[in-house]
Amino acid sequence: MKRSLRSLRKPAALLAAGALLAACASSGGGDSSKRKLPDVPMAKSVGAGEGELNIIVWAGYAEKDWVKPFEQQSGCKVNAKLGNTSDQMVSLMKSGQYDGVSASGDASLRLIYGGNVAPVNTKLVPNYATVSDFLKNGDWNSVDGKMYGIPHGWGANVLMWNPAKVSGELDSWGAVFDKSSQYAGKVTAYDSPIYIADAALYLMKTKPDLKIKDPYSLTEKQLDAAVSLLKEQNKNVSEYWADYTKEVQAFESGTSEVGTSWQVIANTINGGKKAKVKTALPKEGATGWSDTWMIAAKAKHPNCMYKWMDYIISPKANAQVAEFFGEAPSQTKACDMTSDKTFCDSYHALDADYAKQIHYWTTPQKQCVDGSGDNCTDYSTWVTKWQEVKG
Amino acid sequence: MSSAPVGERPDRRGAVSAYFAPRRRTRLSLLLGLPMLWLVVVYLGAIAALMLSAFWSVDSFTENVVHTYSTANFHTVLTESIYRTVGVRTIVVALAVTVIDALIAFPMAFYMSVVASPRARRLLVVAVLTPLWASYLVKAYAWRTLLAPDGPLSWLTNGHTPGYGEAATVITLAYLWLPYMVIPVYAGFEKVPRSLFEASADLGGNAGRTIRSVILPLVFPAIAAGSIFTVSLTLGDYIAVSIVGGKTQLIANVISDQVTLNQPLAATVSLIPLIAIVLYLMAMRRTGALENV
Repeated sequence: MKRSLRSLRKPAALLAAGALLAACASSGGGDSSKRKLPDVPMAKSVGAGEGELNIIVWAGYAEKDWVKPFEQQSGCKVNAKLGNTSDQMVSLMKSGQYDGVSASGDASLRLIYGGNVAPVNTKLVPNYATVSDFLKNGDWNSVDGKMYGIPHGWGANVLMWNPAKVSGELDSWGAVFDKSSQYAGKVTAYDSPIYIADAALYLMKTKPDLKIKDPYSLTEKQLDAAVSLLKEQNKNVSEYWADYTKEVQAFESGTSEVGTSWQVIANTINGGKKAKVKTALPKEGATGWSDTWMIAAKAKHPNCMYKWMDYIISPKANAQVAEFFGEAPSQTKACDMTSDKTFCDSYHALDADYAKQIHYWTTPQKQCVDGSGDNCTDYSTWVTKWQEVKG
Repeated sequence: MSSAPVGERPDRRGAVSAYFAPRRRTRLSLLLGLPMLWLVVVYLGAIAALMLSAFWSVDSFTENVVHTYSTANFHTVLTESIYRTVGVRTIVVALAVTVIDALIAFPMAFYMSVVASPRARRLLVVAVLTPLWASYLVKAYAWRTLLAPDGPLSWLTNGHTPGYGEAATVITLAYLWLPYMVIPVYAGFEKVPRSLFEASADLGGNAGRTIRSVILPLVFPAIAAGSIFTVSLTLGDYIAVSIVGGKTQLIANVISDQVTLNQPLAATVSLIPLIAIVLYLMAMRRTGALENV
């Protein structure tokens, strides 16, 4: 044992030397300000199914109730792999083993510019015609007027609170930012770098002199302002959540009392007996997520993927998945098919004005996503900043 | 078996034995070949690949790995204060867990080894080991429930619980790793000759003096051996932290957050616990702990 340990000395010394070397070297890494769109061909027709389909999905997007009928109709056997975060979905898609993915807006652009997904020929997806107009040609799912996917459904990040602990009706994100000290140790926030946009949105409305025009297009100075707001918030945070079951548990157990949330979480809590919560879309507006079915650039089963993209936004299936997951369906005709007839109203599915208040997740880039210039901070900077916020 | 016997010993029969008997090197290499292959190729090879990828980078937008040599990741890790903060916090948590475990394990192991009857001793060893049969996640979530704002601990102490955070992380990890400390310390006590206790008493040493001057020095290598487990397990833990740690993050959380976004940077960060544990092992070697593992 002694001798084998002694032999560790050398590697340890090497490690130390390597660390020193690195300390002396300067940081490199260039970044081209103008991104080139990879030339990935678009499908011209859909043939017979290949018998199989491998997709990456959010939990709850591929349940038996609507996958089974699809398999029977199309002959495509569905193998669904769950992705827990947008970042994980991107890295799974890069493995090249999947035909498609239900990508949120903060994953879709990375996949498009990474050459991992192909543009979608919407003419080959008949149900696309009746998809809500405000979801078409968004800057999170299309580039240069070309659609890179089929909208699936969307939701707003809402402000949620426990009325038993928090008095009054909340109508401002200030409750979790400037005034969060009232709820010290009981505030929760979404655990992802993309949450920086929530702080930026609040600053956009409350600190006009920062001149933030879009929460995803932040200059270094604007990003720093958002980060320092989040660092202030951090002092009052109980815990961060990424998995929605954790958020449900945190509100039920009293660990958290106020914070950002999704409608489905509120419904889940109110469906149980342990706690009651209220939600609101604050006056500052909100960030949100809009999911898009995208097809892999090198899909092994492209026909099955096209069939799936058309099927999942067909009125019946889109209603089923939206109700199961708790989100607004993209398909306008889905609203007639929901089992709860008030469903589309409670999720504001057809309300273009409500939808307009939402700033959908999109990947921040050096070349500002709102087209205002090329001095914005990119996502990798956001990732580092987010770790700094959590400290 | 038709081969002729080799050597003088008639019981060494068989062609295989006959072949290997005079060939010590062949015998040894066959015996150790497979484990060494595992150690060098699979285990050290994986670590080498990890260290190599630490020099790569990713495209800042598409996150595709770029295979060009660069020390940028090391520069980031060494200059960004976040890695220092989290690294120091992780080491403090690891040391706190180790001290708590040592303080609990010492009297426990003393009782088990010296005071308890043989029958009780066996039962106690079983009792210490039983929690290892339960899932790690179940135990971590049990602590989440115990430490909840309206949970049992809060009720018992009139609300004076640490809540979720660093303290809760230390408590939970100390609980999870306790058996790994108790067992080596117990084994250490078993090796101490009982006559030394009497000798100490005969020379006028009271209980405190005996513990300080006789028992502790003899058992210390065993405590150091146990601490290797508690420190290394804590350095790699990120699940218990995310369950009871509230907003606290340790170095392993940073690695797991980075690995899907920037694998090369995650590889670089993972060298921090690797270096820490190598240094710790070298320090512990001096105490003679490794003869006790």
